[in-house]
Amino acid sequence: MNRDLALLIGILVSLFAALLLWIFYATLVGDPVARLGPLALEQLPASGVSHPVTAVLLNYRAYDTLLELAVLLVALLGIWSLGPAPSGFRPAGPALTVLANWILPLAILTSGYLLWVGGHAPGGAFQAGALLGSAGVLLRLAGHERAGLPAEAAQRWLVVAGVAVFLMVGLLLAAFGEGFLTYPKAVAKWLILLIETAATLAIGATLAAAYVGGRPPGIRSPCPSSESPSSGNPSSGHARS
Amino acid sequence: MPLLLLLFDTILLTTLIGLAIAAVLSAEPRSAVMLFIAFGLWLSLVWARLGAPDVALAEAAIGAGIGGALMLSAARRKVRRDSGGDPSHEPSGCDASGDPGGDPSSNPDNTAGEEAQ
Repeated sequence: MNRDLALLIGILVSLFAALLLWIFYATLVGDPVARLGPLALEQLPASGVSHPVTAVLLNYRAYDTLLELAVLLVALLGIWSLGPAPSGFRPAGPALTVLANWILPLAILTSGYLLWVGGHAPGGAFQAGALLGSAGVLLRLAGHERAGLPAEAAQRWLVVAGVAVFLMVGLLLAAFGEGFLTYPKAVAKWLILLIETAATLAIGATLAAAYVGGRPPGIRSPCPSSESPSSGNPSSGHARS
Repeated sequence: MPLLLLLFDTILLTTLIGLAIAAVLSAEPRSAVMLFIAFGLWLSLVWARLGAPDVALAEAAIGAGIGGALMLSAARRKVRRDSGGDPSHEPSGCDASGDPGGDPSSNPDNTAGEEAQ
């Protein structure tokens, strides 16, 4: 049975690979239809940023990025629903502690740089957020149980901040502007920067929380704290999860 | 000069495919994840060579970095579960209140230095 499953997976993957190869071939030899690249470059001055990739991600196809943030949020909700986070590592030895102390400020600084530079050069919210998240991973590895994240309530706000700010800007523009996520040219840069800042914080918090790997120890922890510390009945710990 | 570049590209691509195959065929989750991280970093080199630094940055940071860290911890949990670690201690989250599973000297979680390499 296991062997049949492996065979099935192999066949499906081969079919998928063949499909991808066919698409690649079709793109290479097919007639060069009107490509979007020149159009995107042409509209660049109106987009509020001078880097074409950021213009595509945050302006022309902003809803796409919004949905990516939502996917990250849903993934974290899935991880949280699996149960409380496992306990952290023991405090690291001197070498890793010193390394973390040096790398953490640099990572935060570089993340801010990547966020800002995304307007006119390679960079942007996802890279900056990933760097923040990896700073959290390093903290967790060095023995900080919560990976530098705040308490549960603040953590929830942080994690939804990206989607929330994005949606709020979009809805406000839909109500008082030209349409959902259609930035007015004058403030496009600042709206994009606002969205990207919120997205960076949210992505960093989400990725770090994903690495912690479970619901944060919160006020409404299901642990019977006054009961026996061994928590002998494992099902009681998951009763409310 | 183009010949040298062609040689460089060939090495880049064959190594990439070799890493991918090695990661897929690796039986042990931990080494598979490590090969996958190497694959991700190598892939970011390929993106940079293709002139797509945005994608290269994202691949290195998210694909190889965070994704690799997540998969490493998943592989570690799987190994612990397979080796019959007492499941009642594992995700209890109450360890701070003196759960024996949280004992720093006996917890198999404590591979911090090793993981950080």
